[in-house]
Amino acid sequence: MNLSQKLSQDFSEDCLAATSLRGKETMLDKDAIARFMLSAAEETFATMLGLQITSGKPSGEQAETAIHVERVVALIGLAGSYNGTGMISCSPALACKLASEMLMESLSAVDGEVLDAIGELSNMIFGNVKTMLEQQIGQFGLSIPTIIFGRNFWTRSFGEHWIVVPIEVNECDLDLRMCLLPNSTRSFSGLHRKHS
Amino acid sequence: MKINVLIVDDSAAIRKILTRVLSQTDLPWGDVHEAGDGVEALTILKSSEVSLILSDINMPNMDGLQFLTNVRANPQWKQIPVIMISTEGSETKVMEAVELGASNYVRKPFTADQIKEKILPCLKGVATS
Repeated sequence: MNLSQKLSQDFSEDCLAATSLRGKETMLDKDAIARFMLSAAEETFATMLGLQITSGKPSGEQAETAIHVERVVALIGLAGSYNGTGMISCSPALACKLASEMLMESLSAVDGEVLDAIGELSNMIFGNVKTMLEQQIGQFGLSIPTIIFGRNFWTRSFGEHWIVVPIEVNECDLDLRMCLLPNSTRSFSGLHRKHS
Repeated sequence: MKINVLIVDDSAAIRKILTRVLSQTDLPWGDVHEAGDGVEALTILKSSEVSLILSDINMPNMDGLQFLTNVRANPQWKQIPVIMISTEGSETKVMEAVELGASNYVRKPFTADQIKEKILPCLKGVATS
């Protein structure tokens, strides 16, 4: 059983399976979003870093999240017929390790290069999630990533919950998160595409 | 005869990776110019002789498709091969880039071999300095 299949099995047990995102033309299950995130992460880590990942059980988490330990967090926005945010969160040590693998040089402290590398990883992962989502719910715009390094801060998404996919890389934890809601209030005529 | 290349990406990490990938080929690379967006890239093109462009799509100030449009509209630059390298993997976006004159397209994440495969056909007959 590959990771995506395992994820699907685990996810069916979760409360998230009971809810779905409803748009005007399409319905998008949260377990599908989680599968897309995992699939994109698997490909990105294998191709760019030569690293395999293992996944934990996906879950839903409150939109408001407190982060008390030092973390490197990359945020990237999506906008179209649905609006949302993708997030990667990991320890500074893992961020340095991932950046070192990506750039093939030793980076031991979080600096501009490390933040840039984590931002690019988030861009690749959520860019590919975006491509997968577009096949179901039309075109999106993708923002440029914002990367935060620090501790004792709160994050709050505009949605009700984050969809959280915990993964393990090099025996360290990394969270993939996404919130996505139908855009019922704004017109994105240049981005939105109806499906026949 | 050297091949001067322009790498356009807002990520310094990606510019570094692409520079490394180029150095791993046996091709006679000359100057490797770097730009963080389309505006910077156009400035470099005005003052440098470039034989190949590798460009991202999602960038601040001027994105890769706007940059490509500018390159193809300029008689001096319109023959330069432009390879788009982006997370924008949808068929719509790829077709848009091709219609605007992209010579080839690589989806992120990429391997070094994928980059080399896309570059080599584009370099046949290009002007070198």
